[in-house]
Amino acid sequence: MDLSTALVCLIIGLPLAGFFINGVLGLISSSYRENKPLIGTIANVAVFAPFLIALYLFFNHSADASAVVVTLFTWIDVGTLTVDIAYRIDQLSLLMVLVVTGVGAFIHLYSIGYMGHDPGYWKFFAYLNLFIFAMLNLVMGNNLLLLFLGWEGVGLCSYLLIGFWYKDMAKSDAAKKAFIYNRVGDFAFLIGMFMVFQTVGSLDFDVILGNLEAFSSEYLFWIGLLFFIGATGKSAQIPLFVWLPDAMAGPTSVSALIHAATMVTSGIYLITRLSEMYVLSPEVMLIVSVIGGLTAIVAATIALTQNDIKRVLAYSTVSQLGYMFLALGAGGFTAAMFHVVTHAFFKACLFLGSGSVIHTMEHVGEKLKKEGKEVDFDPQDIRFMGGLRKSMPSTYKTFLIATIAIAGIPPLAGFFSKDEILMHAFSAGLGEYAGSLYMILWGVGIATAFLTAFYMFRLTFSTFHGKFKLPEKVKEASGAESHLHESPVSMTLPLWVLAVASVIGGFMGIPNFVVETFTGQTANINLLHPWLDTIAADYPIVMGKAVEWLLMGLAVAIAAGAVWIAWKMYGEGRVEESDAVVTAKTGVFYKVWQEKYNFDEFYEALVVRPVVRFSDRVLAVFDMKVVDGFVNAVGGTVRLFGSLIRYVQSGVISSYALYLVIGVILVMAMMLS
Amino acid sequence: MLENYIPIIVLFGIAIVLAIILMSLSRLLGPYRPNKNKLNPYESGMDPVGQAKERYSIGFYLVAMEFIVFDLEVIFLYPWAVGFLDLGLEAFFAMTIFIVILFIGLWYTLKIGTLDFSMKPTLANR
Amino acid sequence: MDYLYDLNTFLPATIMAAAGLVAILMAAYKARIGNIFNFTIVALVMALAVSIRDLFGPDGTAFFDMIAYGGTAAFGAFLVTLGTLFCVVISRDYLEAIDHHYREVYAMILFGSTGMVGLAVSNDLIMLFLGVETMSICLYVLAGLIKGEKIGAESALKYVLLGAFSTGFLLYGIALIYGATGATSYAVVAGAAEATPLFLAGTALLLVGFFFKISAVPFHMWTPDVYQGTPTTLTAYFATASKAASFIALVLVLSRMIPEIEGVELTQLLQVIAILTMIVGNLIALVQDNVKRMLAYSSIAHAGYILVGLAAGTPEGYTGVLYYLFAYTIMNIGAFGVIAYYERNHALDFTDVHNYAGLGYKFPVMGVLLSVFLFSLIGIPPFVGFLGKYYVFAAAVNAGLVTLAVIGVLASAASVFYYLRVMVYLYFREPHKEYQLVRPGALFKYSLILLGILTLWYGIEPIFPTDSLIELISTYY
Repeated sequence: MDLSTALVCLIIGLPLAGFFINGVLGLISSSYRENKPLIGTIANVAVFAPFLIALYLFFNHSADASAVVVTLFTWIDVGTLTVDIAYRIDQLSLLMVLVVTGVGAFIHLYSIGYMGHDPGYWKFFAYLNLFIFAMLNLVMGNNLLLLFLGWEGVGLCSYLLIGFWYKDMAKSDAAKKAFIYNRVGDFAFLIGMFMVFQTVGSLDFDVILGNLEAFSSEYLFWIGLLFFIGATGKSAQIPLFVWLPDAMAGPTSVSALIHAATMVTSGIYLITRLSEMYVLSPEVMLIVSVIGGLTAIVAATIALTQNDIKRVLAYSTVSQLGYMFLALGAGGFTAAMFHVVTHAFFKACLFLGSGSVIHTMEHVGEKLKKEGKEVDFDPQDIRFMGGLRKSMPSTYKTFLIATIAIAGIPPLAGFFSKDEILMHAFSAGLGEYAGSLYMILWGVGIATAFLTAFYMFRLTFSTFHGKFKLPEKVKEASGAESHLHESPVSMTLPLWVLAVASVIGGFMGIPNFVVETFTGQTANINLLHPWLDTIAADYPIVMGKAVEWLLMGLAVAIAAGAVWIAWKMYGEGRVEESDAVVTAKTGVFYKVWQEKYNFDEFYEALVVRPVVRFSDRVLAVFDMKVVDGFVNAVGGTVRLFGSLIRYVQSGVISSYALYLVIGVILVMAMMLS
Repeated sequence: MLENYIPIIVLFGIAIVLAIILMSLSRLLGPYRPNKNKLNPYESGMDPVGQAKERYSIGFYLVAMEFIVFDLEVIFLYPWAVGFLDLGLEAFFAMTIFIVILFIGLWYTLKIGTLDFSMKPTLANR
Repeated sequence: MDYLYDLNTFLPATIMAAAGLVAILMAAYKARIGNIFNFTIVALVMALAVSIRDLFGPDGTAFFDMIAYGGTAAFGAFLVTLGTLFCVVISRDYLEAIDHHYREVYAMILFGSTGMVGLAVSNDLIMLFLGVETMSICLYVLAGLIKGEKIGAESALKYVLLGAFSTGFLLYGIALIYGATGATSYAVVAGAAEATPLFLAGTALLLVGFFFKISAVPFHMWTPDVYQGTPTTLTAYFATASKAASFIALVLVLSRMIPEIEGVELTQLLQVIAILTMIVGNLIALVQDNVKRMLAYSSIAHAGYILVGLAAGTPEGYTGVLYYLFAYTIMNIGAFGVIAYYERNHALDFTDVHNYAGLGYKFPVMGVLLSVFLFSLIGIPPFVGFLGKYYVFAAAVNAGLVTLAVIGVLASAASVFYYLRVMVYLYFREPHKEYQLVRPGALFKYSLILLGILTLWYGIEPIFPTDSLIELISTYY
């Protein structure tokens, strides 16, 4: 076993081992369940160690090195289908592994504090480790099937963790919803996989991407579309995005890890992995872009109207994912991956920050209950918050940094990645194929950028600025502000780490033209493009430097303007009053946004109710009368024969001997004939 | 090939003739005073004619079975005894093992009281 | 010395025979029954170790070609010893609980297994007969263990009468074969035989003897009555070890004595018997309420599946038969074992399926185990029973006997009904009476758990290509 095999085994195996240790020991030993320090340590080591190994691999892998494939054993060998358990170390998978294990590690650390009082502590960490294992399979698998294994595995973990507090019916319903919506996408993924296998007879990435000429253009279109439909399920795009906001029912660290930083980006990873295939079908690229752009603006407008701190972040995630798909469709695969990385930093930071806030608000509620005050309020509702910056300085500062980053204010991380995406959209708009459409999408992107900055600052200001509004709103809660407190260091440390990453994360992708303008020479300051060069089949950006500067300036101006407006309206923490102003200005649109474009109701009317009615009136009847009737008839007939034959078994020994003799005659006759 | 069996047929003949002669002689020469016991087919045994459902001690069967076992042992020992010298040491050991096994069986039956008609034979129950 | 070498090849049986002699003397001297049990276990473990050694040893013949060793014969010895060991381990608590724990039981089992090993390794018709008789006489005794009750006496009497009857056919068949060829050793018979009516009649009668022992239809009538009247753990012994020995002897006869003789075509006969056995066994099992009778008919059905592999007559088929026997041994002992485990409670008659209502919750571990064994008997992956069925049916298909394989699959589909019925009672029926339960014996419980693990392990083992059991077996053919 060479070194890379051993290291890959460790990366993959440690989270799995953590899952088994915590899962099995927790299941069988109640004293182990109580030993929370040990459980937390095991789970954290199982993620931190792979992170360090991934760092080692990262620094020992040069940008132009070819992929290292580590084959552990043959998984399936049926007919012409051979699938190995094989892992791929290349630039793209290393990047994803770093994000998954890096962000994952700090979220594990955060969870020690966040889940500290939960009786299901062991189970939580077991699931979390299982998720890391599945996610690593997804990003490191060397073939589509292993990727699919991880794909389904993360879906399973997502289901388990959304419904972690399964005794609450709404939460377990949210889990089911997430799972079912994902299944719709998975179905398309499977068919796409079949078509790939039908064409090239293998599921290995090397074989697929090496034989692209074997695919007809129809196949390229359909395969691309089917994989994209799979991605819309997992990465929460229109039309399958409605599960993600509901998925916020899970513990907040889960929302940060799974529903913001890692799992939901797997669709982007998939398309980037197959980018060479996607660029061959401009129609699919256009569809991807349009869906991405639509999702971005739809989710951003919904986010504007929400009052639940986690829901705002959830819609923001959907919106940012839409951004990434917009980039993919515009040929900016590297840009999309760049945004995946930076988004993982600041969105995880935002979610963890919101978790810290919710944690404190719940604590306030408990304290008030202990004092005998009957209070009933939603600890996630920003209308009860405000003024938290004094009592929660670390949370406030990190939350603010991450908000600036997502808003696209230079030089924080979000600025660079978002700018590159818009640049690609604009560049595609100058292209020959569907140029005007791409130009519209660029406009949508700019509008979304404005909205993003606006609603994110609305969120931050109403949570942390102004006065603490709980005592004002709920009479019994007077004196509640004395219970506010900062979260423990195991929670604030990950916040700071992620905040720092949100500040400096963008520097890996500074556009080269920034430097080139000043030095006048070809610069090579962008680290990401050369790194992903061999994998991502990016469209080149065809614009003069002046246009690029102009676009960049426009993006900054838009973001800064949005921030300024938000400051004016919400800077004092007056949520409801300012929301009323927005409502008045936007009129009927606001209502549409508030009702989330009625996607859920639409599905309810179009799919759920007809299906339920059909199964109730037709399928159930068919099942009871025809299927059961047939089965019962078969069973009855067979039993009838059985009860007839049993009369032969009389118990009289002389008749037994007689049958024996008959048998002898039979055998003799057959032998001698 | 049937001529090989002629001596056996001769032996049969002699046996039959001899039996007739001896029985006739005893009938002619001896005193003849029949009574019920004397006319039984087996003088000291059971009456072969009568109710089939008659019950008698299972000890009889155990003795009979042991008799069969040792009967067969003798049948096995005879040919070995005839060829004893030719068959050599290995056959001797084999026969020893065979006899030991039989002996253990006898030992067991004696131990659980098969041949002790005064007590009811039982399995070595606890 | 040749003698010792020969003895070495026959060591598992030798150990068991010697241990049996010691055990019967211990019984005569009224040793504590626990000691006899422990002694028996030690002897069987030794025999098992030796038989595992022999699995990987050379093959050939010994005792003047009377027995074969290595290969299939070694596998037979291994299987018999394994089955015996498990049956003995689970017997102590059970026999104690039903109050029929006689000292002689263990000696009888040891002698019986000696006969079975002799049968399984026989390379000569005389040895075959000796093995059959040694085995059968011990089984007759064990069948009548519950002698105080009618059901036990009936069981033993039926078994001994019909057994003697069938042995007559077997012996007659051997005599005719000897008459036709002048030999009893398989190899010599194979060389000397021609398809004369005399030889064919002899073969037919020999097969009848076998069909009786493996309880193939229409020679199966004794099976349910005997299985029902015998103490359950010993029923497991009857159903597994003795059947495995008979089947392996049959494999040896079919593969070593018959195949080179021109004009002797057994495939059709075996096919007909297999079809009859599968259909009748499964059909009557459907209507049984007594779990032991149900398993008796199920064991008849399984004999049918194994006959499918024999009918294929190819090396692949014989490999399948050996694997199936292994699967059948562990899962069937497991199923009977769980029933015996339940029966230790005298509160209810735990051979009646209606009394299984809700038992799955009263004994959670046992409920899971019984489900595992029943699923395996159905032939559902990933349990060992599935692979057994897969190998024999695949062999039949490859040998061109597609109809036979289809009938086999349909028959095993029908079997789902009666196996699942037990599980329905275990988990989906309310218990109709409250009763106290006897607490488990650890040895009993853990040996059943081990069987459950084996059932699962060998069901998924071929996924791991190294050191697979099937690879070992397939080297024999």
